[in-house]
Amino acid sequence: MDLIAIITIFVLAVFVGFEVVSKVSSTLHTPLMSGANAIHGVILVGAIIVADHSETNLELGLSVVAIVLATINMVGGFVVTDRMLEMFKGKSGGRANQNSGDKK
Amino acid sequence: MNRTIYDLIGLSAGVMFILALKGLSHPRTARRGNILGAIGATVATVAVFFYASEGNELPLNNLGWILSAIAFGVLVGVPAARKVQMTAMPQLVALFNGVGGGAAALVAIVEYLKLGDSASTGVVIATVFTVLVGCVSFSGSIITFLKLQELMTTRPVVFPGGRFIIAATLLGTVASAVWVVIELGTTPLLILAALSLLFGVLFVLPVGGADVPIVISLLNAFTGLTVAAGGYVLDATLLIIAGTLVGASGTILTRLMAEAMGRSLFGTLFGAFTAKPQEAGAASETRPVKSGTPDDVAILLNYARRVVIVPGFGLAVAQAQHTVRELADLLTEKGVDVAYGIHPVAGRMPGHMNVLLAEANVPYEQLSEMDEVNPTFPQTDVALIIGANDVVNPAAKTTPGCPIYGMPILDVAQAGNVIFLKRSMRPGFAGIENELLFDPKTTLLFGDAKASLTKVVGALKAL
Repeated sequence: MDLIAIITIFVLAVFVGFEVVSKVSSTLHTPLMSGANAIHGVILVGAIIVADHSETNLELGLSVVAIVLATINMVGGFVVTDRMLEMFKGKSGGRANQNSGDKK
Repeated sequence: MNRTIYDLIGLSAGVMFILALKGLSHPRTARRGNILGAIGATVATVAVFFYASEGNELPLNNLGWILSAIAFGVLVGVPAARKVQMTAMPQLVALFNGVGGGAAALVAIVEYLKLGDSASTGVVIATVFTVLVGCVSFSGSIITFLKLQELMTTRPVVFPGGRFIIAATLLGTVASAVWVVIELGTTPLLILAALSLLFGVLFVLPVGGADVPIVISLLNAFTGLTVAAGGYVLDATLLIIAGTLVGASGTILTRLMAEAMGRSLFGTLFGAFTAKPQEAGAASETRPVKSGTPDDVAILLNYARRVVIVPGFGLAVAQAQHTVRELADLLTEKGVDVAYGIHPVAGRMPGHMNVLLAEANVPYEQLSEMDEVNPTFPQTDVALIIGANDVVNPAAKTTPGCPIYGMPILDVAQAGNVIFLKRSMRPGFAGIENELLFDPKTTLLFGDAKASLTKVVGALKAL
């Protein structure tokens, strides 16, 4: 892909990134950070691509480590964010029974 | 699958990430947003398995290794995220962010090893950026993890000549980066990686106390940019979009968090270099404090008209959110006006207390933000501070040069009585003595927050 196309994507994505989170209450700072954290776990795609390309054992070894780390980042990130956001589920009703379920 | 379809799937994943961030910015849609992000990431990951890049065939090479590595990552990541205590979430996020940065750096290194001399200058520069920032994010996040987990001191670590060592490391890092671009070789790249790791450690060490969450957010933005650069190296548009989104939104978020704490971002990152060393509090620690019994506290609360509960990290540690709600309910029944004063950074992260109290089903209307609750303290009879310290420490207003100076605090000193439930006289996370503890109108009740609250509830019922 040519450089101008990449710069275009980059600049537009910067503005979108600024725009979508510009007014967020402090209550949501932590879950938002955690969710964004999970999204960059998509580096997993990159790790799989380099594992596919790998020719030497060193390359394969490093890519396998990268896949493990990226998977932890992505999957763990989304799960932990979901747990943080449990507070916002069912605000209108059904809170009592959820509570008893959570307590184990 | 041909390239067009593959790219369109990548684009749709990118759109899902945008909607995910958008959703996460509003309480009502936050959960849906997160799930949408997870779907986007899953779709993008699955698609790679069905796309053969030029000159390659399906299935992917090393498929067994790839699938086993993913399975292993899931087996590590999911239980960690499921089982972690609410109190330990911030450090887990830091850790997840760090491994993401590490993964991006590794991806760039592997691609560089493979490309060798055939890499274009643009790709080499992007590789250098990915390795540098990815390594900084990795080692920096590990240090924030160790700090929050209290495996190392939570205070700023400043050593003689520290700023020169940091400056020298940074210079060395940049020099080796230039070296890689000019010379193209594995050795310079590994030196760059080592120096970047060292710089990450040195960069985070001087940051202490309440500023750590801001640094986590900043490192999160760094990792985003790393992923974007990695996307350029691999010619993967989705990585560029996702990484840039996280980098940009993470930067804004970092600024918002810094603002919520009344800090400039610059001051947070470099504050430790300029802050004067603390005056030793050894003499003051022997001053008398007034400690009370659960009965004393119960009586104060019982005859109050208005009580503001200020929760902090101690509440989270003791898992006392249900007990505090019981106490608040009891007081409300007795006709006492109860509110919770939530400092934006009470606990270890913004929103930490809201999450915790919501878990105990505390009515949302009772949670007041700092700006709402501060003007009401003069009409408040009792401020009940549970395991918080720095967020009510008047030193933030009165002692220029202390690490939290300038941070907005909850003005509990304006209330008629102040009750501290504390484990010990140990200073808070920022490591600063709290003058309010020695104030004549302050009563201290030592012990685990949950145990203390249970006793107070018992005493209140007996009244």
